[in-house]
Amino acid sequence: MAEIEKDPVSGRDTTGHSWDGIKELNTPLPRWWLYTFYVSIIWAIGYWVVYPAWPTLSGYTEGVIGYSSRAELANELAARDKSRIVWTDKFSALSVEEISKDSELLNYSMAGGRSIFAENCAPCHGASGSGIGSYPVLADDDWLWGGAVGDIYTTVKYGIRSTHEDTRLSEMPNFGDEGMLGETQVSDVAEYILSLSGASTDKASVTRGAEVFAGECTSCHGKNGEGMQSMGAPRLSDGIWLYGKTKQNIISQISKPKHGAMPAWVDRLDDVSIKQVSVYVHSLGGGQ
Amino acid sequence: MNGETNNKNQQVNTSLYSKHLKVYPQRIMGTFRRLKWMVLGTLLGFYYIVPWIRWDRGPGAPDQAVLLDMAGQRGYFFDIEIWAQEVYYLTGILILGAVGLFLATTLAGRVWCGFTCPQTVWTDLFLWAERLIEGDRNKRMKLDSGPLTAAKAVKKITKHFFWIIISLLTGGAWIFYFVDAPTAAIDLINGSASSTVYGFVALFSGFTYLLAGWAREQVCIYMCPWPRFQGSMFDEDSLLVTYEEWRGEPRGKAKNEDGKKIMGDCVDCGLCVNVCPTGTDIRLGQQFTCIGCALCIDACNSIMGKLGRPGNLIAYDSISNQLSRAEGKPAKKRFFRPRVIAYVGILIAVIGIMALSLATRSRIEINIQRDRAPLFVTLSNGDIRNGYTFKILNMESQGNSYILRTDELTGAVIHVIGIEEDGAKEVVLNVAPDSVGSFRVFVRMGQKDLEYKSNDMKFVLVNLKTGIEIEQETVFYGPDK
Repeated sequence: MAEIEKDPVSGRDTTGHSWDGIKELNTPLPRWWLYTFYVSIIWAIGYWVVYPAWPTLSGYTEGVIGYSSRAELANELAARDKSRIVWTDKFSALSVEEISKDSELLNYSMAGGRSIFAENCAPCHGASGSGIGSYPVLADDDWLWGGAVGDIYTTVKYGIRSTHEDTRLSEMPNFGDEGMLGETQVSDVAEYILSLSGASTDKASVTRGAEVFAGECTSCHGKNGEGMQSMGAPRLSDGIWLYGKTKQNIISQISKPKHGAMPAWVDRLDDVSIKQVSVYVHSLGGGQ
Repeated sequence: MNGETNNKNQQVNTSLYSKHLKVYPQRIMGTFRRLKWMVLGTLLGFYYIVPWIRWDRGPGAPDQAVLLDMAGQRGYFFDIEIWAQEVYYLTGILILGAVGLFLATTLAGRVWCGFTCPQTVWTDLFLWAERLIEGDRNKRMKLDSGPLTAAKAVKKITKHFFWIIISLLTGGAWIFYFVDAPTAAIDLINGSASSTVYGFVALFSGFTYLLAGWAREQVCIYMCPWPRFQGSMFDEDSLLVTYEEWRGEPRGKAKNEDGKKIMGDCVDCGLCVNVCPTGTDIRLGQQFTCIGCALCIDACNSIMGKLGRPGNLIAYDSISNQLSRAEGKPAKKRFFRPRVIAYVGILIAVIGIMALSLATRSRIEINIQRDRAPLFVTLSNGDIRNGYTFKILNMESQGNSYILRTDELTGAVIHVIGIEEDGAKEVVLNVAPDSVGSFRVFVRMGQKDLEYKSNDMKFVLVNLKTGIEIEQETVFYGPDK
């Protein structure tokens, strides 16, 4: 049995244990520490009673106040929606054109639309609509389906070549693969298209291509390649090329065209968000 | 200290782990006690009245003279309004506070600690309540050492009740500096203030109760860093609360047979220790536990007066003066010492710099953030467009209109989102009073006019009313050249 003795030097008790003749002074925990520890234990017991704490076989102990972090989140979201109702009511009632004319709502949309855009649109269209590869730049003034705020709203809402029944839909025929145009004809018309933005090098080819263009392309792309936004037919007379500006790029787009698609956001976002993000895209600099 | 004058009082228990001995300061009247009550009244008066002073700043601005609006990121001090980014004025105030403290300490020791420090003021207030309920030193000591009776319990509960009331009044008043006082007071009372407000009231009240009721002198001795280095602020000419050892020693009441005094003036009554709020024995010389409250001077003078001996055995005195008087030389007082002059100089310089910068500070600031994504946009006609987020901080209490134009780029035109006019050389921007106007500004120009990939450019903003121009440099990016 351990024997507690008094250490003659310090005047304090030993623990009573001896290891190879070495004894240890009994140094109790500081009282403030001990009391804090006891208070923590009492606190913990109170916590178990009040809050969800212990797992059971079929669930968990729910606690007397019925707290849950999920419910708290739902409450916070509801409170957020409630605090925004002054704004959301206005957005619901007004058209996008009216919103973009009201400086207060415009500023609100630019801030709100910015975060909606960053979350939903930026993966394809790039931060601030700077465009990625064959996903169009939204900050410039060249629009496939129209750059008025109402056009943008329709595009965002129903998408392009999406599964929605009101989707924007158009398709460029497969001129090369389906044998509608021969290889030289495709080359000539590509040369002609280059000439529209002053980038052609072969005059003879341009003249030949002009005839092909007049026959096959003007119905959608316009007499002078100015495009047709209602059809989503791009303008060919400017310096902006979604799928590349070289002759080879243009040839492949004539003979075996690529078509981008965009989802109908009406299935994923509420109308207020779609309106905000439309106004935001319109404010990126190219809005008409 | 002279070895021969050692007595039991000088054998201080110096163990670092000694148990805390509760201090029971005795009540004392006298010059310094009166001064302390006056200082206490004045400071508490300021503390409670200042948030209620109204100051008309016109519509839309708060009418509280002193207000730190955290949510709005504004500080108001009468006619001075500080925005969050001007918080460096706080540095000036902190420097003034520090140097002022050094100056006061050099001149008269720890007057800050002894008279004006909130810890001292509130401890005095709490002690006053304690004394009122539990009685003076001896009664309190007896009460604490006695058994728990109903009368003791009533006294203790009453005391803590009053302490908590004082604490709540203290913590409650503090938040008035951060919110509109009249509305906050009503909200606080009828329970409709935010949980943040109640949280802060609880926090400040709790600490008042803890620090002034329970911790008291331990705050000064163990928590406060100031006593640890204030010794370096003194010099031999600083006026410090000092025991005139040469006159007081040897202590004692003994007289020789013919009634003549053979001891020093100190009769070793111990009243100077009993009245001390930190339990310090000043007769042991300068020590960091002495907060310089001068109550021991009052105590000693009351005894010396009764004994018919000259006063000021404990007095505000300097080391050099004491020395020369101990040697029988005339009194020696030196007020203008190099460090006093240096501190005064620094104070004047800092006040001057602050006043000058406050008087000449600009009440407008512009921040321009160039778009990084995309760096630039090529338009369908080949023009290059850069986007900027343009912020105008209008710190004036009136709305302002500004003309925005670019400089150093020929052929550049501006378009601001929300303003119909497109392709203009100049655009008029309106900013509401005391707010930040944020604008999306696009600058556009022909590719052939661009000289480099990165071109220097300036935005020029002209106040329509005053004609004052502000320029801000930025760049305009184009494609590789």
